[in-house]
Amino acid sequence: MPFKSTVGDYQTVATLETFGFLPPMTQDEIYDQIAYIIAQGWSPLVEHVHPSRSMATYWSYWKLPFFGEKDLSVIVNELEACHRAYPDHHVRLVGYDAYTQSQGACFVVFEGR
Amino acid sequence: MSKKYDAGVKEYRDTYWTPDYVPLDTDLLACFKCTGQEGVPREEVAAAVAAESSTGTWSTVWSELLTDLDFYKGRCYRIEDVPGDKDAFYAFIAYPLDLFEEGSITNVLTSLVGNVFGFKALRNLRLEDIRFPMAFIKTCMGPPNGIVVERDRMNKYGRPLLGCTIKPKLGLSGKNYGRVVYECLRGGLDFTKDDENINSQPFQRWQNRFEFVAEAVRSAQEETGEKKGHYLNCTAATPEEMYERAEFAKELGQPIIMHDYITGGFTANTGLAKWCRKNGMLLHIHRAMHAVIDRHPKHGIHFRVLAKCLRLSGGDQLHTGTVVGKLEGDRQSTLGYIDQLRESFVPEDRSRGNFFDQDWGSMGGVFAVASGGIHVWHMPALVAIFGDDSVLQFGGGTHGHPWGSAAGAAANRVALEACVKARNAGREIEREGRDILMEAAKHSPELAIALETWKEIKFEFDTVDKLDVQ
Repeated sequence: MPFKSTVGDYQTVATLETFGFLPPMTQDEIYDQIAYIIAQGWSPLVEHVHPSRSMATYWSYWKLPFFGEKDLSVIVNELEACHRAYPDHHVRLVGYDAYTQSQGACFVVFEGR
Repeated sequence: MSKKYDAGVKEYRDTYWTPDYVPLDTDLLACFKCTGQEGVPREEVAAAVAAESSTGTWSTVWSELLTDLDFYKGRCYRIEDVPGDKDAFYAFIAYPLDLFEEGSITNVLTSLVGNVFGFKALRNLRLEDIRFPMAFIKTCMGPPNGIVVERDRMNKYGRPLLGCTIKPKLGLSGKNYGRVVYECLRGGLDFTKDDENINSQPFQRWQNRFEFVAEAVRSAQEETGEKKGHYLNCTAATPEEMYERAEFAKELGQPIIMHDYITGGFTANTGLAKWCRKNGMLLHIHRAMHAVIDRHPKHGIHFRVLAKCLRLSGGDQLHTGTVVGKLEGDRQSTLGYIDQLRESFVPEDRSRGNFFDQDWGSMGGVFAVASGGIHVWHMPALVAIFGDDSVLQFGGGTHGHPWGSAAGAAANRVALEACVKARNAGREIEREGRDILMEAAKHSPELAIALETWKEIKFEFDTVDKLDVQ
């Protein structure tokens, strides 16, 4: 009799922290998250790093944090510009909260390879 | 004007009931729910509580006249009805700051909940809340790291953290225990936890556990590319042994240790918290024995007081119950005390059980840990109730997955991230929870199976300790 098991094999995956277990977001879904960051009063910030350094505390800033920016399309354009400039780098979007000096949001938008 | 010594027994209320008193900013204020013996007037009961928890004793004594007792005595300054309860009333008592040693929660509790709880004129007594004055708060170190630093150390942002207690809670060898840690962490959790019962038993001595756990954490971190940790329980029979274990955890490069603050005691906890600050270690706090003290609605100490005391004594994470899981917890009341752990100012709000404005100043915040009988179906409610500054802590809800702990962990993580993403996108996650989870399960067989496994499991019992609101 052939062996048949209902138990699956869970393979370890390398992930990049928050939202690392969800499928890549669509353009609209990314807009929603940017809108959330802006609505919370946080400053959007774009960071990037070569995948070999993804666990480093400091990723490179793309330009500077976009302090006070309220226009969604500006942030989307900056994310894309960063990705074009560093196509092999991970690019993440941060919602920087100056009040707590923490990050209210942080997730990778483009994965480098 | 000096007073004359007049031996004998006076009524407490002559000295300790002062309805005209206006509390000072530096006073420590307490609200007690009192149930007196039949026939004893409220003012006398309340004054007795003030006296017995501060300077008073049952008889006038000559040596009182050697000092200015009016400067040191606790005073009952207000009495209020308890909504829906004819027998009990609230007594508000102000204690002068100089009654307490700086930075000592132990000293505060020894006074406020000491002998007075056994006082014969009382049938029941419950300490509902304490307003700590800023002048006292500034003498306490508080959390060794606080929420912001913990996020920076662990690289976790924009979501609650995920944890899991290793099961079975007793009986695994060190190596097998490390295996379960590894499975959970490689599957997507941020933390695993020693069960509170795990200290250093014959089947698994602490040193052996620490070594295998450290390897599990290291392996999971390398393979997933994410920061991981395991709460290494340092609770032990003596402070010396606790520090020995803490030092070894540090030597192994581990990020976090754990202490049981009620069974271990406040003095031990404050000492260990200071060690953690000095050594750059996070501190997870368990609360075994709390329900013995806080569950009875008329007697004991409400958990909001124990939570406030822990924030002052020091800890970076504290168990708070789940509201939705297997253990007792009223939603409004829980929201009230998780504010006390995390906010810098909490206003008086009787609908949440907070009796005073509480200013925490610059003291760091404590992550609220929701643990006990929770699984993926609870995720939308947990995210809505606890928000991002929390650790959602599973046990059976991870290990009970038909494919094992790693798949269970992945299911937990997918469910959490789906809820956070939906919340950020403006969806009402409690109402739409089912849809959000089912959509996420389309991309995750692990979550689909978890949803199927636990679809009928609920814990719907009435709360024993309800807030006194009508």
